[in-house]
Amino acid sequence: MSERVVIEMKNVHKTFGKRKILKGMNLSVKEGETMVILGPSGTGKSVTLKHITGLVTPDEGDCLIKGESISHAKPKDKERIRASMGVLFQSGALINWLTVYENVALPLREHKLASGKELDRIVMEKLKWLDLVHAKDNLPSDISGGMKKRAGIARALTTNPDILLYDEPTSGLDPVMSNVFNELILRLQKELKVTSIVVTHDMQSAYMIADRITFIYEGEAIFCGTPEEIQNSPNGIIQQFIHGRTKGPMIIDHSEEESKHKYEHEHPEQKA
Amino acid sequence: MNFIKNIIIEYIYGAGYTLILLGQTILQLRAVIFKANEILHQMYIAGISSLFVVSIVAVFTGMIMGLNAGLGLKDFGAEGQIGLLLTITLTREMSPFMTALILSASVGSAIAAEIGTMKVSEEIDALEVMSIDPVRYIVMPRIVGFSLMVPVLCVYATILGVLGGAVVGQFQLGVDYRVYFRDVIQRVASLDGLKDLYVGLFKGFVFGVIVSVIACSNGLRTTNGAIGVGRSTRQAVVTSFLVVIFFGYVITAIAYR
Repeated sequence: MSERVVIEMKNVHKTFGKRKILKGMNLSVKEGETMVILGPSGTGKSVTLKHITGLVTPDEGDCLIKGESISHAKPKDKERIRASMGVLFQSGALINWLTVYENVALPLREHKLASGKELDRIVMEKLKWLDLVHAKDNLPSDISGGMKKRAGIARALTTNPDILLYDEPTSGLDPVMSNVFNELILRLQKELKVTSIVVTHDMQSAYMIADRITFIYEGEAIFCGTPEEIQNSPNGIIQQFIHGRTKGPMIIDHSEEESKHKYEHEHPEQKA
Repeated sequence: MNFIKNIIIEYIYGAGYTLILLGQTILQLRAVIFKANEILHQMYIAGISSLFVVSIVAVFTGMIMGLNAGLGLKDFGAEGQIGLLLTITLTREMSPFMTALILSASVGSAIAAEIGTMKVSEEIDALEVMSIDPVRYIVMPRIVGFSLMVPVLCVYATILGVLGGAVVGQFQLGVDYRVYFRDVIQRVASLDGLKDLYVGLFKGFVFGVIVSVIACSNGLRTTNGAIGVGRSTRQAVVTSFLVVIFFGYVITAIAYR
């Protein structure tokens, strides 16, 4: 892992309607690093990922990819910056009327990067890599959730990106399949030397794949460190989250505000 | 008061978004050749999926109009004119109008639901991240395919409507089919008849653009999962009906003033 920063978020603020989702989000990911983003539901993890991909523009602040702003880039520049990225969406986001093969071939065909035998070679290589050759002629509706996600990764890899972003790669998968995915992410990291950001709720997965973990709470990164450091963090919110405790300083929803104040009153040392 | 204000703002935003989408689609027309297969596929979907309903509605519309007009004209001994009357009405007004409404309810709603589902399942986001323009990849082929298919279906509906009128004329009004078709052919071959034809085809094309762009726009603005998809579909059909009726009047008023 080098010290060069590849992905950077600087003081990003974002409001949707009346709801402030990000309140000064900062993030820095080094080349070749796997950064896991953790945090409770609705705290801004997926919105963070959408800022990095340029799908959402911040109200304030900036997102830099290899030192270049994607948030304020012109469409042509955004296209160029995105060419170095591959994204795995939560449900795979495969185009529903295309077969697995056609989905994987889509970026190559649409950007005319390959055709004929060359296209077939690249697509089959990715399908073999992700053990999907047997399902290549199936439509997304005919394959399992895990296969959809693998097909999503295969599609993301066709353009040989050096940045991979995963939105909850293990959600909805059984424990065995989750581990298969964790191993796959580690393999991609090892063999392709990509820089990765993984948004997840899955603590086991986070410990297994992360070089560093960023914990987001209420639209801000309140912690960034190694898996060992997060486990030893004195922060009550982080400890509540990683141990899955229902009682603690974390606001689970607004009706919990009262219990949070009560908890803080009883445990002043755990105050976030 | 706030509720009404929000509805008005939503409509203005929707209209603006739809117009911008139409502009972006026009800019993407340069990719028509690369998307020819997809456009043909969309034409096939629009044509085949609505052919049965268009056929039934067209035949019965011709029969109903023929019967009503014939019974009215019979009092003046002019029932023999129904061929002329039906040709004019169907070509100029009824065929484009009913074809657009049928396609809006069948194909337009399906387009809105399909794109809406793609939006909520992040397929549209995935395309954007791959730098594949959703307007070029999804919207343009649908709008072009749909807009080219509606005029074809208008001609088809007119022919079936005229045939329906001929059946009613022959068996219920006592109008000989030779007289009926002579009037039809004379009208179609005349200058006025040609004008009716191109006004009808133009209307069909404009209605096709309206229905498909509204369907795509509502689909792309979908939020809130399955409920949102249902809302977008309903909104697409209702809005297309209203806009088609409005533009139907405007085109007639301009063409026949």
